[in-house]
Amino acid sequence: MASFNTSDFRKGLKVQIDGDPYLMIECNFVKPGKGQALYKCKLRNLIRNTVLDRTYKSGESLEAADIEEIDAQYLYRQGELFVFMNNESYEQYELTAQAVDDAWKYLKEGMNCSMVLFNGTPLTMTPPNHVVLRVEYCEPGAKGNTASNVTKPVKVETGADIICPSFVEMGELIKVDTRTGDYIERVKE
Amino acid sequence: MKVRRGFAPTTRPESASTGDDFLPTIDPIVLRLRAGLLRRVREFFDRHGFLEVETPILSADTVVDRHLDPFAVEVDSSAGCHGHLARVSGEEALAGRQRHPCFYLQTSPEFAMKRLLAAGAAAIYQVTRAFRRDELGPLHNPEFTMVEWYRVGDGPDEGMTLLSELAETLLERGPAERLSYREAFEQHVGLDPHTARTEQLVDAVREKQIDAPASLSPTDRDTWLDLLLVDRVQPHLGQARPTILYDYPAGQAALARLRDDDGVMVAERFELCVDGIELANGYHELTDADELTRRNTQVNLQRQLDGHSPLPSESRLLAAMRAGLPASTGVALGFDRVVMLAAGAKCLADVMPFPFDRA
Repeated sequence: MASFNTSDFRKGLKVQIDGDPYLMIECNFVKPGKGQALYKCKLRNLIRNTVLDRTYKSGESLEAADIEEIDAQYLYRQGELFVFMNNESYEQYELTAQAVDDAWKYLKEGMNCSMVLFNGTPLTMTPPNHVVLRVEYCEPGAKGNTASNVTKPVKVETGADIICPSFVEMGELIKVDTRTGDYIERVKE
Repeated sequence: MKVRRGFAPTTRPESASTGDDFLPTIDPIVLRLRAGLLRRVREFFDRHGFLEVETPILSADTVVDRHLDPFAVEVDSSAGCHGHLARVSGEEALAGRQRHPCFYLQTSPEFAMKRLLAAGAAAIYQVTRAFRRDELGPLHNPEFTMVEWYRVGDGPDEGMTLLSELAETLLERGPAERLSYREAFEQHVGLDPHTARTEQLVDAVREKQIDAPASLSPTDRDTWLDLLLVDRVQPHLGQARPTILYDYPAGQAALARLRDDDGVMVAERFELCVDGIELANGYHELTDADELTRRNTQVNLQRQLDGHSPLPSESRLLAAMRAGLPASTGVALGFDRVVMLAAGAKCLADVMPFPFDRA
């Protein structure tokens, strides 16, 4: 397994500590004039999202984390499991609802997502920034009201509720920002 | 000099090869400030009767320090290092000439400047480039500008006074206050750094929840002190006005003399701190050749334990000390950091035209 020496330490490095993958989010080089060079690092655990403060001295090293970013297609949901397929190798991965988190709201079968693998197993999955979803159900909007500051929840095809302007109607397509969950605009078929 | 306006990006790009990395990272205004400060340094030393000198940047000798790594440079005999080769005997020289790097980019001009003192110079200063391997960060660049000076006859008191005056001239933040290393530790850590047992230092680090490197030996007293210094002491120094920290632990004497201070040996070494940033380091200089030889041997043993190659113990400085080095106090000042503080900048890249990733 490849490893990084302290002189390779920099922000953005992906390393492995006690079997977990970490992202180096900060690395400060400190050296008292006549003293030991120290690398004061902040590392984010990529599984638990916790932040670790660690100090290393020159000469120490960290194991590189086997992290790979791939394109994967969402296939289907089976109970609490979401099934994806690696677009290149056709290998299939199952992600738990917990790992998928809020992203289930935007997942449509056949959608291309990006996925991060750690030692070959999926760590995170990110849907495209913008997705187009069909409105399955909503209360009718007040006639003639085109103001976008009057909102209502609508239920889209994935089963999620999205807050939309009140003029959005059942059966229409809407574009949603998956990073914020915000409605962006209506889309023509 | 013509300076294009508005070329400097406000933040340093993460990656060097963005296509516009031929541009300097310094703002034109800071470039002017830098030149002005350099002029003030020269005026200051001129006013105090110091002679500006230049000594080799590439030298067969190098400071032997546990935590300083010089860039070694291969020089063959045709490039004219006969003097050095003469000191190495026969076959070793032939083999060495072919393969072994035998000159060093100076980590400071210390050795050569002291040789000038031994030859009769009384008060000298130098503005030079110094080089240190593996030192790269917001406050470190492997190549940097150092101002270094020596005055024969000065003790630590005169040395600190002169340093304070220079700091006041350059930074205009008043004269420096003096704080002993012991006082600083008693105030901010709550222990006596000279008499506390090493286990007590380790306990203090743990208790204060300072993360220590996993491979740090529990007996490496000076590094445990450094961990406390960096985390708990230094951030408080030089806040209201510059601080000179003095009387260092004996183990961190480097090239300073030791003094018996009421039964405790302390090193006659001092450092200037402003805004918690270390700017200068001074010594009441060691003049005893035998003591330097002992320290070099010890440092080289420690370097090998640390996994670093030993550095040449023998040097022309030792020869000069044997011939007679007059007592003096000498100080080295990191000029780039001074510019950084004067400019209100946060990293050295903002005060150098071309930091290492654009060098």
